[in-house]
Amino acid sequence: MTLTYYLVLAAILFTIGAVGVLVRRNAIVVFMCIELMLNSVNLTLVTFARATGTVDGQIMAFFVMVVAAAEVVVGLAIIMSIYRTRRSASVDDANLLKY
Amino acid sequence: MSDFPFLVAMIAVPAVGAAAVAALPKGRELLAKQLALGVSLVVLVLAVLAAVAFDTGGDRFQLTTSVAWIPDFGVDFALGVDGIALVMLLLVGLLVPLVIGASWEDGAPGADTVREAGTEARSMRFFFAWLLLLEAFMVGVFAATDVFLFYVFFEAMLVPMYFLIGSFGGPRRQYAAVKFFLYSLVGGLIMLAAVIGLYVVSTSELGEGTFAFDALRELDIDPGVQKLLFLGFFVAFAIKAPLVPLHTWLPDSAAEAPIGGAVLLVGILDKVGTFGFLRYCLPLFPDASRYFAPMVLVLAVVGVLYAALLAMGQSDMKRLVAYTSISHFGFIALGIFAFTTEAATGAVLYMVNHGIATGLLFLVVGMLIARGGSRQIGDYGGVAAQAPKLAAVFLVAGLASLALPGTNSFVSEFLVLIGSFPERPVYAIVATAGIVLAALYILLMYQRTMHGPARGVVAPLAGDGPAGPAGTADEPGGASATAVLTAPARTAVRFVDLSRREIAVVAPLVVLILVLGVQPQPLLDIIEPAVTATLSDLGATR
Amino acid sequence: METVLPAEGLLGWSWLLIALPLAGAAVLLLGGRRTDRWGHLLGTATVAGAFLLAVLCTVRLADVEGRSVDVDLFTFISTGELDVRAGLLYDPLSAVFALLITGVGSLIHVYSIGYMAHDPARRRFFAYLNLFVAAMLLLVLGNSFVALYVGWEGVGLASYLLIAFWYTRPSAATAAKKAFIMNRVGDVGLALAIFVMFAQLGTTSYAGVFGSVGTLAGGTLTAIGLLLLLGACGKSGQFPLQAWLPDAMEGPTPVSALIHAATMVTAGVYLIARSAPIYDETPTARTVVLAVGAVTLLIGAIAGCAFDDIKKVLAYSTVSQIGYMFLAVGLGPAGYVAGLAHLLTHGFFKAGLFLGAGSVMHAMDDSVDMRRFGGLARKLPVTFVTFGLGYLALIGFPFLSGFYTKDAIIEAALDRDDAWGWILGGVAVLGAGLTAFYMTRLMLMTFFGRARWEPGVHPHESPSVMTVPMVVLSLGSIGAGFLLVKAFPLADWLEPVFGEEHEAAHVVAPLTVGLVVTGVMLVGVLAAWLFVGRREVPVTAPVRVSPVTRAARNALYADTINESLVMRPGQWLTRALVWVDNRGVDGAVNGLAAGLGGSSSRLGRTQTGFVRTYALSMLGGAVLVAGALLAVTSG
Repeated sequence: MTLTYYLVLAAILFTIGAVGVLVRRNAIVVFMCIELMLNSVNLTLVTFARATGTVDGQIMAFFVMVVAAAEVVVGLAIIMSIYRTRRSASVDDANLLKY
Repeated sequence: MSDFPFLVAMIAVPAVGAAAVAALPKGRELLAKQLALGVSLVVLVLAVLAAVAFDTGGDRFQLTTSVAWIPDFGVDFALGVDGIALVMLLLVGLLVPLVIGASWEDGAPGADTVREAGTEARSMRFFFAWLLLLEAFMVGVFAATDVFLFYVFFEAMLVPMYFLIGSFGGPRRQYAAVKFFLYSLVGGLIMLAAVIGLYVVSTSELGEGTFAFDALRELDIDPGVQKLLFLGFFVAFAIKAPLVPLHTWLPDSAAEAPIGGAVLLVGILDKVGTFGFLRYCLPLFPDASRYFAPMVLVLAVVGVLYAALLAMGQSDMKRLVAYTSISHFGFIALGIFAFTTEAATGAVLYMVNHGIATGLLFLVVGMLIARGGSRQIGDYGGVAAQAPKLAAVFLVAGLASLALPGTNSFVSEFLVLIGSFPERPVYAIVATAGIVLAALYILLMYQRTMHGPARGVVAPLAGDGPAGPAGTADEPGGASATAVLTAPARTAVRFVDLSRREIAVVAPLVVLILVLGVQPQPLLDIIEPAVTATLSDLGATR
Repeated sequence: METVLPAEGLLGWSWLLIALPLAGAAVLLLGGRRTDRWGHLLGTATVAGAFLLAVLCTVRLADVEGRSVDVDLFTFISTGELDVRAGLLYDPLSAVFALLITGVGSLIHVYSIGYMAHDPARRRFFAYLNLFVAAMLLLVLGNSFVALYVGWEGVGLASYLLIAFWYTRPSAATAAKKAFIMNRVGDVGLALAIFVMFAQLGTTSYAGVFGSVGTLAGGTLTAIGLLLLLGACGKSGQFPLQAWLPDAMEGPTPVSALIHAATMVTAGVYLIARSAPIYDETPTARTVVLAVGAVTLLIGAIAGCAFDDIKKVLAYSTVSQIGYMFLAVGLGPAGYVAGLAHLLTHGFFKAGLFLGAGSVMHAMDDSVDMRRFGGLARKLPVTFVTFGLGYLALIGFPFLSGFYTKDAIIEAALDRDDAWGWILGGVAVLGAGLTAFYMTRLMLMTFFGRARWEPGVHPHESPSVMTVPMVVLSLGSIGAGFLLVKAFPLADWLEPVFGEEHEAAHVVAPLTVGLVVTGVMLVGVLAAWLFVGRREVPVTAPVRVSPVTRAARNALYADTINESLVMRPGQWLTRALVWVDNRGVDGAVNGLAAGLGGSSSRLGRTQTGFVRTYALSMLGGAVLVAGALLAVTSG
């Protein structure tokens, strides 16, 4: 078994996620792209854990999932409130956080 | 008696007093004043007792107290005074009660004083509380024998002074306060870097880091490192002193500060700079001090002449006095960096005398402004005829400022010059030319405000000719290019002479000016051993 | 220098000479209006008391071996190697000055009681006068250069206060300031001389300095000599610092008499005479003293010919006469005694002349314009006679005091027996002629001719409290010269100070000198009569005059030179520096602050608020970090 396939897949997934974050405007889609990036990292962690025969990577992956779940809760709530006040889920409409 | 912790008490009493004054309920202004005056008088008594307990032939540092403060970093709450610090403490103890007395009627509703344009009545409770807190910090900065503790007090002094200028000052007080704060903070931060550097050096040399002055003095620091550390301390002190070209905050601050604040600012706060040269730069970094001495002397001598010429060009009395101080600080720096006992002793005496003479000058100028409501020299004229006592005190302060023999400043200026002449003749000769300029700027101001017929804000007495319109009497050469807000045209007033309160405020200073002019020896006896010790740290020849 | 004995007995109390007038001044200044009624009496009494004490001390001094005592008082400044003790040196030279100061001072105090009777600030006047006497006595009695310096600046202060006595007049205030500043320029020289002495010898006392003059290099001595001369020029109104003295006439006339004629302005002569051991070793500095004296003598005499203000003429006369004294002391041992004798006689007759001028002004409603005087001889008989005697003494009329002392100076100059001697002697003789001219002109315009009084002026003789001092001084004008030169030679009395009397060489026989000087003097008088006395004096000064007259009226453009060389460049420099400080130094600081603020707000623009931008910059940062890691680990 070789690591390469898994790592290439993870890299492809990460790139898709990163490009999605940068180019999409819908907050929900941006959010899902972030999840995609997180999961690509998870895949890498699990892959290395399997290759080295230790459980550290798998534990790490669980941590990431837990944090991601918590993030979804908070993030979706924020998106919801933004949508309620602005009638839009576009990230470009929420640009008040500046100088 | 000498076991009594004078220095701790001199810090604690005004600090507690400040809290008490600030905690008084609103409306108890009179009680606040009385309490503040009482506290400051207690400090004065403590200072005098400390001076009595001080043995001029004894150890270098006396009245010492030391408590571990941050043991992990070798920081101690260590206090102690040598002769230099002791005379400065006496000056602190003397000036604060006088400043409180002079500020007695500031902010009093219905006081028969004319308020300068742009200032409004404010709660004087906090004014006096800040003053007392400032006094506590000033005592601390002179009494600290731990470099870190010194740094803490050095920076802490900024806070009360910031509020004294920013809350109780003149029309441009915000600008001046921020400028003062930023300038000092920059210097302070550079010094902090040097303080930490000193700690690192001590760690590598002694194996265990320390901030204790006496231990640091024994270090044998690499000359290259010395130069960097010297510059770190020097810049902070040169800003505080201030030496040209780091001086431009002082005229703004002193001009906008309330008179009491200006007296303490110029009389004591700035002395921390020259005190720092003597206490920290010379003994800790002897090689670097010798290396940089020519540079400092050039700055000092240029400052003497440059600031004197600028003083002549000012139209604002408070700015003028501030510039005279910068000129005087040039003399003090000259005395310190000439590295002779006579000059350095003279410089320390100069620090005391300057506090007395310029303090008095600021107080009198403040009394003048309280009557006329303008800081512009051109708005005054012929005051002597209406307020002869005021004019007489003004003259005494002015003569002390120009170092006329018979006044205290003569002794110190003479010592600085005669002491630096054998080692640094060129610098001494150039600085001596400054005494002509000193006569010019003082007498020009005195003549324009006190002599001549009544004009400007000074209403003529019955039988005199009509006064010129207020605010239009511009003297040639008296126009300052700065956008000093000119007071709106005011109605001219008759000038009343000094009140009993004002006489009580100025009398101690006038007496000291004359007494120290004839009998400076007691102070010299206190100062000289400390100066000799400092110069022997430096390895100076004389 | 002889060994100086410590003072005992009466001489040990000689510090009271200074303390008495000082206490008087303190009481009058601090006492306020309470002392208005008797203040002038107290002021006069303290000075008179000091005079009595000075007489007693001097009598006592005559019996002391070496005629010199040292009165040690207290430690003034002692630190490091500097040890300045406050102390007095009572020797023949200081005794002579103490007598002059307290003697003439007492007379002028008495005179002032009358002169200032109607001035509401008379008490203040007497306080300042007392202050002056105290400072002047300290100047001449101090036993070190530091003590001299303290007195030196002290008299400068008193002079400032008294010139500005009528301070509501802007001209008086300006004149006072000018006097103080120009004196300070001289004081810088004196201070530097003291610094050099300390640097080279480690002491500033007369005994210490004069005792080791021989160890100094010639250049150092010359430097000290020239620096002391600068101080002397400032105080004595000598070229190039002479311009303040005529302006100082803004002060009340008794002040002009005491300070700006008889005592303070002669302090420079005292300084040079006192420093004789230094000047004896440095011919260069001494030559400069001579040159200064000769130049000033002529400047003063020429300017004196052109002014219409009676006090200014007398002031320029003072400048000129002090030039004579400088000339004399610049001659060295041959001239010290002659210069001091002239100083003393000048003290009498010039003080008398000023008091006379004050009496005239008193009569003429404080006018000083001689063109509006005339014919006052009959109206003011006492003033006329006393003033006339002073006049004759000043121009060197035979057998009056100026005759003896001025001739002595000219003789001493000629005794050099070289080209310099002839030039200096010639200048001095020419000066005598000019003196005769301007003083005769003054006499003619004031006391003779037709009355040209302003309408409403009714001249009247002054009260006796004013005329008595004038009479006493005129007696001095008659007899002092004879007494000091012939009867009780000053040379013998001053021998402990200046050494054995110099044997006069008499290159030109004294009789010849006397005849020539008298002849030139008569020419001057005659010329004045031809130009002034013979014709009607116009009430306003003629406008169309020769360039010489115009130059003289402008005092040879001394003020113009000072203004264009010092004052205007100074004002320009000040203005330029104010601009530099505000725009340059402060501008740099404010510019730095503004720059920081500006760049931070410009950097803030990058925070667009778009999430994408932030995400992109994060990505870019992450790529950079990863690249850097790769580069480090692989490289």
